[in-house]
Amino acid sequence: MFLITCPFCGEREESEFSYGHEAHIKRPENPESLSDAEWADYLFMRKNTKGPHLERWVHTAGCRRWFNVARNTHTNEILAIYRMGEQPPKEIKAMIDEKAKS
Amino acid sequence: MSQTHRLADGGQIDRSHQIDFYFNGRLMSGYAGDTLASALLANGIMLVGRSFKYHRPRGIVSAGTEEPNALVQLERGSRTISNMLATRIPLYDGLDATSVNCWPSPTFDIMAINSLFHRILPAGFYYKTFMWPVSGWKVYEHFIRRAAGLGRSPEEPDADTYDKMNAHADVVIVGAGPSGLSAARSAAAAGARVLLVDEQTELGGQLLNEKFEIEGKPAQEWVADVEAELLANPDVTVLKHTTAFGYYDHNFLGLIQNRSDNVAYGQEGRSRQRVWRVRAKRVILATGALERPLIYADNDRPGCMLASALRTYVNRYGVSPGKRHVIFTNNDDAYRSALDLKAAGCVVACVIDVRKEPSGELVTRAIEAGIEVIDNSAITAVLGSKRIRGIEVMTLNEDADGVIGTSRTISCDTVGSSGGWNPVVHLHSHSAGRNVWRDEDNVFVPGDTLQAELACGAANGSFSLQQALNEGAFAGIESTSRLGMTAGERQAVAETTSDVEETPWRRLWYVPTTKPAGQRGKHFLDQQNDVTVADVQLAAREGYRSVEHAKRYTTLGMATDQGKTGNIPGHAILSSALGQTIPETGTTTFRPPYSPVTMGAIAGRAVGEFFDPIRRTPMHDWHQQAGCLWEDVSQWRRPWYYPQEGESMQDAVSRECLAVRNNVGMLDATTLGKIDIQGPDAAEFLNRVYTNAWSKLAPGKCRYGLMLGEDGMIMDDGVTSCLAENHYLMTTTSGGAPRVLAWLEEWLQTEWPELKVYLTSVTEQFATLQLAGPNARDLLSEFTTDIDLDPDAFPFMSWRDGTVAGIPARVYRISFTGELSYEINVPASAGLSLWTDIMIAGEKYGITPFGTETMHVLRAEKGFIIVGQETDGTITPNDLGMDWIVSKKKPDFIGKRSLIREDMLRDDRKHLIGLRTADPEEVLPEGGQIVSETRPQPPMTMIGHVTSSYWSAALGHSIALALVKGGRNRIGDTVYVPLDGKTVACEIVNPIFYDPEGSRMNG
Repeated sequence: MFLITCPFCGEREESEFSYGHEAHIKRPENPESLSDAEWADYLFMRKNTKGPHLERWVHTAGCRRWFNVARNTHTNEILAIYRMGEQPPKEIKAMIDEKAKS
Repeated sequence: MSQTHRLADGGQIDRSHQIDFYFNGRLMSGYAGDTLASALLANGIMLVGRSFKYHRPRGIVSAGTEEPNALVQLERGSRTISNMLATRIPLYDGLDATSVNCWPSPTFDIMAINSLFHRILPAGFYYKTFMWPVSGWKVYEHFIRRAAGLGRSPEEPDADTYDKMNAHADVVIVGAGPSGLSAARSAAAAGARVLLVDEQTELGGQLLNEKFEIEGKPAQEWVADVEAELLANPDVTVLKHTTAFGYYDHNFLGLIQNRSDNVAYGQEGRSRQRVWRVRAKRVILATGALERPLIYADNDRPGCMLASALRTYVNRYGVSPGKRHVIFTNNDDAYRSALDLKAAGCVVACVIDVRKEPSGELVTRAIEAGIEVIDNSAITAVLGSKRIRGIEVMTLNEDADGVIGTSRTISCDTVGSSGGWNPVVHLHSHSAGRNVWRDEDNVFVPGDTLQAELACGAANGSFSLQQALNEGAFAGIESTSRLGMTAGERQAVAETTSDVEETPWRRLWYVPTTKPAGQRGKHFLDQQNDVTVADVQLAAREGYRSVEHAKRYTTLGMATDQGKTGNIPGHAILSSALGQTIPETGTTTFRPPYSPVTMGAIAGRAVGEFFDPIRRTPMHDWHQQAGCLWEDVSQWRRPWYYPQEGESMQDAVSRECLAVRNNVGMLDATTLGKIDIQGPDAAEFLNRVYTNAWSKLAPGKCRYGLMLGEDGMIMDDGVTSCLAENHYLMTTTSGGAPRVLAWLEEWLQTEWPELKVYLTSVTEQFATLQLAGPNARDLLSEFTTDIDLDPDAFPFMSWRDGTVAGIPARVYRISFTGELSYEINVPASAGLSLWTDIMIAGEKYGITPFGTETMHVLRAEKGFIIVGQETDGTITPNDLGMDWIVSKKKPDFIGKRSLIREDMLRDDRKHLIGLRTADPEEVLPEGGQIVSETRPQPPMTMIGHVTSSYWSAALGHSIALALVKGGRNRIGDTVYVPLDGKTVACEIVNPIFYDPEGSRMNG
């Protein structure tokens, strides 16, 4: 049971929130121009990360606002919380890039 | 029966308070302060049950939570609880316990015949035997399940209540033994909010069982002093008889508190158990250690116990477990049992020590006390079956992997064995902490963790009393200082104790006999699941190299005790069979709960009417009085149908259907989801979330919309009205409203933040009365003067504002029944009065209230779908023949791209079609499978299934909707629905059965 700091309401129990999915998956501008495989990639394919992971959460039983969470899926440590439309902190990005290399 | 084994004095029981109880129907007595186990032993009862697989006679092994054998069914009827540990049940007057897993009694058990067949019941027996032939499992399962059960589940609703509590603390300390008490005291002195939890009914932990002294006084006095000090501090909460059963992420703990020791009689207004959900800033694990047995041949015979349990029964309960005791050990600690038993006047036949020439202080004291110590030796056989009669002892060889010389028989009825102690690392492990093997102490101790946690005392592998006090005090100070608190007056210098130095143990996981394991007696590791050393060795030979796999194959540690005594020896034996070290093998992951938690406590107050909230419409009471039956639609309670006296469901629904088709009926449609959509980009937003076009919908108009998931599958449907420029009201299915609102919000917030659109749920703001039938207009006209109901002025698929019965109302002319229909929306507070008024005025038309069942029949006659009934998350608009609602002009909408994926274009996708049964009276069951060719028996190739099926009173025959592969190309074909005992032939027809031109609802 995590503690999540909602950017709008503050620290709350995990049970107030719902998990969305991997963050920063942008809906393609022109879906019609994509091949079936490319569209399927957008639609179905998600990273199954062990370690730092960027994901979306919504404060379902609170303000009902969506936001981004950087979470270590192995330790459940919450590394950063940032609003929709924002990019993850630089150090988190560096951490993820580092992991991708190894 | 008398308390034959009760000592003349001693123990912390109240001998002035006798307690009568029943075990297997026999009346016995004990004293206040007893557990059921200590009272049974006092009465000379050692044999308490039978083992799981072989049904071997089993006795009490321990005095605590680690007990593998002494499971009982406690009480009967509505308060019965299965698989309770006799060692953990405080004795109370009238207690009624029976053995589990034996029939007719533990002394004579029919299934014990299994034990004669043990050679054909090795590890993995079920996997190997019953997997072939596959169909045979249906036959075997019945017998195996009946033979393999432990306790019985209750057959009546639980008579007790349970509740939950949320709590926060600076420091949570689990375990109130010497280290936990010491930690609590120093943390409290620093000003922390402390929560101290212990599973026993009294504080003190292992001190309750020992003859230790602290500062020259009996340790129990020290415990009482500390308890008084803690209770005087308002910032300290002490929870006794409370088990920390789980330790989760971010320092979250689950505790279960027993609030009533007496299971038999519920206490008015008081829950029996309470689950505490605790968030801690810091956690101190002072969970102590559990003794592990030595694994010798036939170590499961009643009378074979843990060495420490012997002195617990003597010291704490004033009970001598047997008449003649033997201690079998690889360490010094077990000598305490020999000394305490001897001091209490019990007979100690000898101490058998696997070490050569043991020489510690405790050993010396034992020899001085006149106790025979047989060194470098091992028990090679146990005599007796329902109670041991004696043991055979032989000398160990140099490597302790075999025995030499001749055996000596020693008469005894009780053996207390000790193979050392295992720190209770379970909670540490629950929260993803690593366990580290400390070879010099032969134990796993808590290693790294992600939690704000410290372990101290025996839980940390520090077994001496002095260490426990020191580490506890340090843990309290360290935890509070990390929270920025300054240590109180109490320093990390603890009291002096009567501790003595202990000498090293000797490692001996498997106690050899003259033959290989399994050939001369059984060496039990897991007594509850009947897993032996030979089973683990077999698993290793068969290639189970991972400890997790070996566990599941042998079921080692998978019983209700989760292998608290047998796991570590089992893993050690697996390691040696695999030729690797214990840390290389590792341990299985401990998972919550630490000890069993009742389902009642997990459910808490969320039972009965509190299980899920019920949403009621403003007209609920009217429906109730009209005698409706209810249908649950998500959390809503909707009238299902309104039977009149003597009517069957079919009678009532047919009557309601005909009333709507011929006169007028009224439906409570309040539950339909309503979402108010406003903003300059509202129309654009609707264009993106619906399949059809919305830009040109003018104020005053309504339009049906279909919503897809991005995968192209139908998600929801409903009518949306344009209320004004930039203002719409969307309706959703009753069950789908919260999901749809959340879905729309997600798109707006995450993908399209640039759209200026605002969503508000207004479902409960309005009461919605649906008038349907040819007389609907005439009836409504009696209630309004300012809404022109003329079909030209107020056509189908439009709405008008005005007043109805003087109440501000918005009336939508939409229809789900296929009849002329008005949905009257008024403020929720006016719903009941308007409903009542219309019912009275409508009497002259024979107005009939109708429920969801009639609504379903009427819409099915029209071929209108219900999302979730005709769709199941794999159905596209084209599958339903609803291409007409999918815009070809819009560049994009959610799900559009998916509709042209290869799989969506197959011509054998399932299509929505109608079915007419050959026998018009036959009503197909919904879910019935459809085949094109029948065979005498399954398997048959299924081409679809029935989604909706009803008797149509208006048409005089049954109707059904179905999804059938390529169905639209099979109109006129005959297909079959094979049912139990018959096969129904049907013709595939167009799914619109009634008024296909729509003249009735348009009129």
